[in-house]
Amino acid sequence: MSKTDLSRRTFLKATGALGTAAAAGAGVSFAGSLASGSAELAHADQEERIVWSHCHVNCGGACVLRFHMQGDEIKYVETDNTGSAEFGDIQMRACLRGRSTRRWIDHPDRLNYPLKRREGTKRGEGVYDQITWDEALDTIASEFTRIKETYGNESIFIQECSGVEQNIMMNSPFFRLFNLLGGEVTRYGNYSNAAINFGSNPFTYGDGWGRRSFKSLQKGQLVVLFGDSVMDMRMGGDGAGYDLNVAMEKQGVRVIMIDPRRNEVATNKGAEWIPIRPGTDAALVAGIAHELETLGLTDHDFLKKYCVGYSEDTLPEGAPKNSSYYAYIMGTGYDKVEKTPAWAAEITGIPEARIKQLAKEIGEAKPLFVAQGWGMQRHANGDFAARAVMLLPQLVGQVGKPGTNAGTHEGNTGFPLPTLPTGDNPIAEKFPNYLWPEAIKDGPSLTAKNAGIKGADALKTSIKMLVNYGNNMPAGQNGDINFTTDILRDESLCEFILCYDVFMTPSAKFADIILPDLTPQETYSLSAAGEMNDSLGIWFGQPIREPMYERREVYEVCGELAKRLGVYDEYSEGGLTREDWCRKLYDELREEVDGLPTYDEGVAMGMYKRTVEIDTSVDPFIQDPENNPLETETGKIQVYSPELAKLADEWELPEGDSIVPIPAYVPGFEGAGSQTDKRPLQLFSFHYRAHTHSTYANNEVIQKSASHQLWINPADAESRGIADGDTVSVVTDRGEVHILAKVTNRIVPGAVALPEGGWYDPTADGVDKGGCINTLVSRRINPISKGTGQQSSICEVTKVGA
Amino acid sequence: MTQYGFFFDATRCTGCKTCELSCKDYKNLPVDFSFRHVYEVEGGGWQKDDAGFWTTDSYTYYLSMSCNHCDDPACTKACPTGAMHKDDNGIVSVDETKCIGCGYCAMACPYDAPTVSKEIGHSAKCNGCAERIAEGMLPICVEACSGRALFFGPLEELPNTDERAEVAPLPPASLTGPNLYLKECAAMQEKADAAAKISNILEVM
Repeated sequence: MSKTDLSRRTFLKATGALGTAAAAGAGVSFAGSLASGSAELAHADQEERIVWSHCHVNCGGACVLRFHMQGDEIKYVETDNTGSAEFGDIQMRACLRGRSTRRWIDHPDRLNYPLKRREGTKRGEGVYDQITWDEALDTIASEFTRIKETYGNESIFIQECSGVEQNIMMNSPFFRLFNLLGGEVTRYGNYSNAAINFGSNPFTYGDGWGRRSFKSLQKGQLVVLFGDSVMDMRMGGDGAGYDLNVAMEKQGVRVIMIDPRRNEVATNKGAEWIPIRPGTDAALVAGIAHELETLGLTDHDFLKKYCVGYSEDTLPEGAPKNSSYYAYIMGTGYDKVEKTPAWAAEITGIPEARIKQLAKEIGEAKPLFVAQGWGMQRHANGDFAARAVMLLPQLVGQVGKPGTNAGTHEGNTGFPLPTLPTGDNPIAEKFPNYLWPEAIKDGPSLTAKNAGIKGADALKTSIKMLVNYGNNMPAGQNGDINFTTDILRDESLCEFILCYDVFMTPSAKFADIILPDLTPQETYSLSAAGEMNDSLGIWFGQPIREPMYERREVYEVCGELAKRLGVYDEYSEGGLTREDWCRKLYDELREEVDGLPTYDEGVAMGMYKRTVEIDTSVDPFIQDPENNPLETETGKIQVYSPELAKLADEWELPEGDSIVPIPAYVPGFEGAGSQTDKRPLQLFSFHYRAHTHSTYANNEVIQKSASHQLWINPADAESRGIADGDTVSVVTDRGEVHILAKVTNRIVPGAVALPEGGWYDPTADGVDKGGCINTLVSRRINPISKGTGQQSSICEVTKVGA
Repeated sequence: MTQYGFFFDATRCTGCKTCELSCKDYKNLPVDFSFRHVYEVEGGGWQKDDAGFWTTDSYTYYLSMSCNHCDDPACTKACPTGAMHKDDNGIVSVDETKCIGCGYCAMACPYDAPTVSKEIGHSAKCNGCAERIAEGMLPICVEACSGRALFFGPLEELPNTDERAEVAPLPPASLTGPNLYLKECAAMQEKADAAAKISNILEVM
């Protein structure tokens, strides 16, 4: 059919039920909407005020929201309209999620009153009675004291607060309060990037060395991204997605996207997509490394001068013979297998010819920018995959120089705005973030050698009190929900669970007491650009209205607890309010950074921003490695890590796991190639525009336009009789999910993908109809970082009712 | 006569749907109903070679579209009461006092722009944010786009009006003269063909 074919006149109507639905208005409800609420009608002749605030939900950004208010009613939301709107200039424009916050803030399901689990009901049943704030606070204070006195402060744990991440307050009031009362056991790492931060960077660069932003890209250069779906993840007018969008047009950079899924960098933006089997990135790197040697494009001078362990002659002292990366790829290493492009092709599913071509392109590109997303390192072999991708630019000497990136996540910048100080925690024990359910089940069984416990040889006690503030971890974002909720249901294990949130999340239903929070837009919320934004901005969020119902914000509520526990003066420094802290912390920033407006000027402006200076320097380590060593044991970039060699000897690992000192390909638990007749497909998840983690997943208006579906390739769908839009069952060894299928060319054959963030919604038989990926994934962790392996699962998919 | 229109730079669109949701927020539209839609279009497929490797010639692109305020609108011609009309600036809008909710406009429009609901009793569609335009502002969707992919204004002020949008699966522009102008992205230019189909039906129906 050509573009002039008249039969396309009915283009939409011919495609499924769309035409009839639109014409008949089927399923359209206008109650309380268009008839009385269209913008023209509602806004005529009424005085309106604009209140500045921001989004806060840890997509990594924190975009500006301008609320158009009439009295207490939010009429609609706009965003940053200051300065130049030209493409390439920065306006912190909010994405579809931020632009839909009105319906989220005013959602009928908001928590309005303190709740107590009804006596005689079990955790998870979700039966609660309204109580007074006094009863709630008295209960929390007395339970804190009882548990502290019975089991010690080491038994008290505050989870991360991803849902309210981007402001100065977060969950810091709880830490501040508890630290005045003997402290609490803490975590290290997070769900996002544990393998990079704790499994890779320390052993490769010492820290996050060499990260540069997409703003620093140079004209026409090559960019190679591993699963770095920045345009899916950070959609606002500020940050990596926008930076890359601008660079692709204005700098004409060429982007190659290596990903099992065609993400948005490879749709309209036109990056070349190289589909790869999930979790096989390190094999691709090994195949490329081998081909670079064949082509003579390996930068041996760079590897000798700046790195240890690529070749036998640069191995650190004590390293055994044939333990270099070169030995590994040439077939004399520990596994005696040569890592030819043909070998890599069999594992990755990428044709040998494309791997060879890619090696040539990478070898000839100067400068070369290599970056990785965080999904890859959340596979069970993520520690090694992250290190392997870091190795790629090292092989060709493309790190620490203008237009490069160290193969880690791309860089970003922001004002160093301090957060609420939390004081000193006398408890030194830390456990890896992902292991909190195990720390509830049997804390003392977690040791330094088997679970990466820091600050002690083992945990002293199990967790007996859990504070779940501003997150949906317990029955949402944490892996293997059926395992975790079994632990939470047992009241003899964790004796008291507090949830403090804005909605009755699936996790809230496991709490003993639930407190109703304000959203950051309903209180004072000072925020610098989010951690993954790439600009210098500060927003002076003001409350859009007085608190409604009995919702209260966290700093004040922890102050009420401090009064009951006798530490209010210290907690509040003599009565400081949340707004006072915004001023105080902002003034501290002003002492560090020149040229900022005063707090009151900032409030009047709503936001303040300035241009970022682009890093075009040659790194001091590259200029003079002897006098500017890296923070690694050898002071150099470590292809071979002596620290890892030591850990390989000392640590206790589950069967099948190993630690290798070089970034080798290790298939990992339920990795590529582990499929069985019963579980023939790989399953992974991705960050989706309809929600940030699980926040906003209950905001129906976004879900309608961005449907939560299982992506499956037509080849895999057809063989199972699955059509687009069918309800399918996804089964792993951990659980079962029912969800609509999206049959699409955008995913590699042999793998299916489920967006993260769906709200766990089990039937009586335990089938999750909420489409939560974590019903399906395992508790398996990475061997070095002890970070999540949530991306590695094998599954089967069938049509429901077939 | 001045004619307003939209320009869509497909090379900057990432399919995020902020245009669609900002409109729904501003116009307070119900969950199941949008003035603007972002169509996800797919074509091509996957082939297994003799060695067992999968390769693909598939492509995906997005097209953001609301009412195209056509030169020769099918909706106004189908409207029996004259409720659906072109304003002085060329914007096609509904005179709610005249609309009887018969739905002929929705059936006639090849772009599915108008929707008629029995509940409100009249046709409803994008009016180019006429009240904002009157105050010298831009439509809410245009100002929302983080990638600056959407433009709206008198035709002579658009980035260019060389090409009216008729990329697959849109109908030929000659039918109604849509005032939607397009800068095609690579997938549209190089790959779009008759096999291209809307792949996000659930999201746009």
